[in-house]
Parts: sequence; C-alpha cells; structure tokens
Amino acid sequence: MSEPAAPIPAPLAAPRTDLTDGEWHRLHPATPVLRGGIFMVAIIGFIIANLRERLVDLFLGEENYRGDPIDAIYERGAAGWALLIVAGVLLVIIGVFYLSWRMHTFRVTGEIVEVRSGVVFRSNRKARLDRVQGVNLARPLIARLFGAARLEITVAGQDGNVQLAYLGSKLADDLRRDILHLASGLWQARQPADLPGVPAAAAPTPIVPATAPPAHTALGDFATARYNEFRAPELDPDAAPPESVVRIPPGRLIGSVVLSGFTVFLLLAGVGLIVSVVAGSSGWVLVAVLPGLLGSVGYYFSRITKTLRFSIAGTPDGVRVGFGLLSTSSQTLPPGRIHAIKVSQPILWRRFGWWQVSINTAGQAAGRSSAPATSANILPVGTLADVEKVLQLALPGFDTDTQRALVENGLLGGHKRDAALADFYSNAPARAAWLRPFSWWRTGWAVSDQVAVIRRGVLSRDLILVPLARMQGVRISQGPVRRRLRLASADLHTVAGPVSASLPVIDVDEALVLFEWMSTGAVRSALADTTHQWSRAGKPSPAREAAE
Amino acid sequence: MPDLPDVNQPGALPPVPHDVAESADRPEPSARLELPETGDWMRVSPKYVLVEIVGTIVNAVVVCGGASLLWLLLDQTWALWVGIAVLVASIINLVFEPRRVRSIGYLLRGDDLLFRRGILFQRFVAVPYGRMQLIDITRGPIARWLGLADLKFVTAAATAGVSIPGLAEADAESLRDRLVELAESRRAGL
Repeated sequence: MSEPAAPIPAPLAAPRTDLTDGEWHRLHPATPVLRGGIFMVAIIGFIIANLRERLVDLFLGEENYRGDPIDAIYERGAAGWALLIVAGVLLVIIGVFYLSWRMHTFRVTGEIVEVRSGVVFRSNRKARLDRVQGVNLARPLIARLFGAARLEITVAGQDGNVQLAYLGSKLADDLRRDILHLASGLWQARQPADLPGVPAAAAPTPIVPATAPPAHTALGDFATARYNEFRAPELDPDAAPPESVVRIPPGRLIGSVVLSGFTVFLLLAGVGLIVSVVAGSSGWVLVAVLPGLLGSVGYYFSRITKTLRFSIAGTPDGVRVGFGLLSTSSQTLPPGRIHAIKVSQPILWRRFGWWQVSINTAGQAAGRSSAPATSANILPVGTLADVEKVLQLALPGFDTDTQRALVENGLLGGHKRDAALADFYSNAPARAAWLRPFSWWRTGWAVSDQVAVIRRGVLSRDLILVPLARMQGVRISQGPVRRRLRLASADLHTVAGPVSASLPVIDVDEALVLFEWMSTGAVRSALADTTHQWSRAGKPSPAREAAE
Repeated sequence: MPDLPDVNQPGALPPVPHDVAESADRPEPSARLELPETGDWMRVSPKYVLVEIVGTIVNAVVVCGGASLLWLLLDQTWALWVGIAVLVASIINLVFEPRRVRSIGYLLRGDDLLFRRGILFQRFVAVPYGRMQLIDITRGPIARWLGLADLKFVTAAATAGVSIPGLAEADAESLRDRLVELAESRRAGL
C-alpha cells in the first residue's frame, strides 16, 4: 500500500454533461441509421449495383442494357407509379426512423440509468448505478466514421446491459466519466461537506452543453474532427490516463496468435489432408476442408486486428482496457468487479516467456451481437513484468513482497524445482502423482490478504487468483479413487467466465483446512468490502491517490 | 465458528506446513472427507427415499425398454448387454438409496449454509448467506404426493448453488423464510 498521506480531497469535479440531471434525453440523431448500419449499406450497395449499367449509360451513351427491372418499368410507362412507390417507401422508412429516434430516450439520475425505447412494443430498462459491473465505450467502424459511440452499462446477469447507442463521441466520453463518478458515490460523499482544501486550479469546469460536438462551420472542420477522433480514441486526457502500462509489440502479438492451439489443430488437419490426398482419396475432402482453411485466415486476421491496439491502464474509477484497430472498444471495470483472475501460459509460449491474463466478471453476456464489445482477456500476451503490472491494476493492494513472491512462485515454481527458494504454497502430496503424473508438484493453494491463490497445471501453467470478497461458495468433494489415495478436490465458486477456480488434487486433511479458510474468509471479506460505491470507502483507492 | 487464525491479516500464509508429509505415521488416518466439530446436521425427510426409488425405477424401465426393443426388433445384441448393465446398476442403486438419502444434510452456521451429500462420491459445500440471489422451491409429482419439496439456494456463481431435496413442505417454507431473513441481514453485493 502507498503512504497514507493526509487525504487530499479530490477536486470536486462537476458533471461534464448535463445528461445526468435526471431528465429524459435523446440519443444521437443518426442512431437509427447507425443501428441499421449494415442493413443500410446493403441496401445502398444493392441499388448501386443495379444502377451501375444505367449510370455507365448515362455518361457514355451506350445502350447495352436490356431486361433489368428499371428498363421494364420504363417500357411499360409505369415510371410515375414506380417513383411514387419509391418515394412512399422512403417516407415510411424515414418516418419510422424518426419515430424510433424520438421514442428512444434515456436518463441518468443519482441512482439509476434508464432507457426507454420502442414504438409499438415499448421497452424500459433500468440499471442501478451501485450495481454497475462495468462501463464499456464501443465504437464500431461505421459509427466511428460518423463520430458516434455506443455506451454500454453492464450489470450482472445474462444480457443485462443498458445500451446507449449511439451518442456523440465526446459526449459519450463525458457521460462515461459522469456515470462512473455517480456510481462511485463520489459526489454524494463529497458534496455535502464544504471542502476547504480544494485547489483553486481544480475549480469546477463549466458545464458543457449537451450538443457537445460544436456546430461545424465547414465540412473541413468536420473532417478534421473526425480524423482526430479516429486517431485518438480516448479524447479526454483527464478521463484516460496517458500511458497504458503494457505495450504489446506487433511481432509478439502475431507470434502469440500463430503459436496457439488453433494452429496446432490446423497443422494436424493439414497433415491429415495431405495424407488422405496422397493415399488416393478423391478431391471431395479438399472441397470440404478448403473453406475451413480460408475461414481460419479470417480468424487470425480478426484476432490480430482486435488486439492490435491493446491498452490497459488504471483510472480512479477502475481498470480501463481498450482494444481494436478498426472498431474500438474501451471497457472500464470499477474496483471490486473482477471475480477471478487467471494467469496462464500455453506450452507453446513457454520458450518465449509469454503469459496471458483473463478474468471473470459478472457482466459477461454469452451472446454478443456486435463485434468487439467486452473482452475477458485483460492481457492477450505479455511478459512476466507485464503480468505483474496488470495484476497490480486488477488487484490493487496485492503487492507486498510476499505476495509478489507468491505470484512468481505460482507462475514459475513448484515444490520440486528451486528447492532453495521458499515455496509459499501448500502443495499436493507426492501420491497425487497417480492422478496428476506431471503437474502434481505444481498443484497447490495459498491465501494471502483476502485473495485465494491456486497454482496448477504443467502443460498450460495456470495461476488463479480469487478475491474472497467476490467468492460465491466453496466445495470440496471426494470420489472412490481419491479416497483410496487420501486425496480430495476443491472448487471455489465464482461467476461464469473463462476462469474456473478448481484444485484437482489436495490432501484430505488439507481440504478441510481449505474449506474452513475459504468459507470464513469469504464471509469476513464480504463484510469488509465496500467496493459497491468505491469512492465512499474510508480510504481512497491507491489508483485515485496516484491520479491526483 | 471454528477458531482460525485471522485470514484478513495482510500477508497471511496458509496455516498448514508446506509439503504435507507422507502419512505413514499419522494418528488414525481417515481417508474420508469429514468436517470436524460441525454440530448436528439437519437431515432431509426419510420419505424422500421413495422419490429417489421411483425416479431410479422409471429411469431403468425406460432405458431397459428401449434396449430390449432394439434387441428384439432390430437384432442388436449389444443393446441386450447395455440393458442388463443398466438393470444391475439400478438395482445396486436401489439398495444404496436409503443410505444415500440419509447422507444428505444441511446446517445453518453463523454466516453460511453448509450442505453435504453422497457416500461414495462425497461433497461438502459452503455458501455465505449474503451471496443469496434467490431461493427456489420446486415440487415434483411424487414429492408433492408425499408432501415434500426441493429447496434451491441460487447464487451468482456459474455452478448451481445448493439444492436441498426432500424437505417437508412446511420445513422448506420456513427454511426459505429463515434464509431470506439471514441473507437480508448480511447483504453483500455480488
């Protein structure tokens, strides 16, 4: 922990937008077009494709078209009717778009975010701000070109998102900040007290009008603004701390994607294919497999572009993870919203010393429609030093010397190797080799400062960290085989996600110890936990101190 | 509440010695998983055995019926063996059913709900009351006829929380009210 200096009061930041006044507001006027983005592009493409020859004809005067629908209409003298129908359809579409825009309103009060939408079928979504699991600012490519962004407020549960799609880019940035401040309890906590120590420089900024992107006087201004936004997805230097703590060189990123299990599978498939062709099977196999191979290229491409501009940084309101090259996304995870962390190293990465970090959060919905939304990977690939930095962000305060050693031991060690070093884990006994012949010496657990740590696996080295304040329950179990070996297995229950915190083998007596530790620890740290309104906690979080 | 060293102490390490010694000279080694000094487990209604028995029999009849159809009509000999295996397994199951039901137990501790189940495949679960998201009470047809109900304690975790079958209906309802009350007094976000 950092030094407990005299608590410097945070500058009483005024809301940046007047959207948090509890009144109903409307979204960006281009919203319907952006929401139906692909659909619109398809329609326009269809029309252009059909009109191409006619346009060519218009300019070159060649009459080489016969028999297209437009021609038929023209010949039958129904041009007037056709135009009327087209105009009517257009009017209806515009009318529907306008109506849906008008009826789509949202409001943000001190406690909730609420969205109303729908013309015929009205829907109404409300999210409590102290239950916010994350705020995600996504900019799909088309919306980005228009200077719009989508703000998603994630709450727990499947499909439990409140979407504000779309808002002006700048506005979305400001609104994210305001929502996070409201959710953190910062304003409620500080406004009543008259703060004498507020530095004059940090006087409340004047409220920016709701039409934050200023009226562009010329098309040139508009283009410049768009260009600048495109280059710097995080517009607000105050809301986005300058530097990501981790840089991923493109070489490492490409290497990590290439050296994945998927590649192994692909190689095996390729070998199988060659063998089958050599062995004289018909070309049908090739026809069947080739599309898959082409698809895999797309997979590599999307994996790489998605993580190409990865960044992770600490903000006063939590960890901010950004990624995406064309469509960008930047996700803010407030403190205490991470339910489990896994640091792992697939065997192919071992030579390079690369690791990845993934997390469980309560807001991970199963089916996502739009491309890059939230990601469970808070470090796609990084070195040991990167892992340490990311863990410090994800688990603030978990950085005493012992804990550092714990993490390093968990990643690299095992009680067989490095006999000279102290191993802080309580490991599975040697007889566990019957069940885990390769990894038993790495299978162990520890608890330190309200965080349970599980080390396991040798093919893929895993280290799992579960904050006890987030743990949902603990289970120990034993079947006949483990009973003969005087072993048991243990599971820490967390919310759904890529991380499963289970310990496959553990000594029987130790399993009981683990059970008591985890169950009492979970209750105690849940009682001590104040992260639902993180700024109201007694002491300011280290990240906030650092930022001020 | 067992007397434990303070988990919250920063930098606390596990209380057990590292590299647990091989258990050659352990006093009375018990390979079974058994929680020490937990107090009296609440058991489920003995009538619940009937529900389990009927379930096992229905299951066996369906599978064996299907297998014998395959064997008799389509001349698949393997189906016969599958059918016999299922039949034997079901009979063994039926023999152990009463003990299995007796092994189901739950315990309301100070701050969490304990649950145990199984003889051959044992498991113990502890869920803090504050983690409760909702409580489900369901009644199957046979359980309803016997006046029983199943109570499910649902948390935010991916794995299902605790499911206590075969409670008398009145017990299930009072337990639900008690659990909700306990959860209210210990409410903790997610």
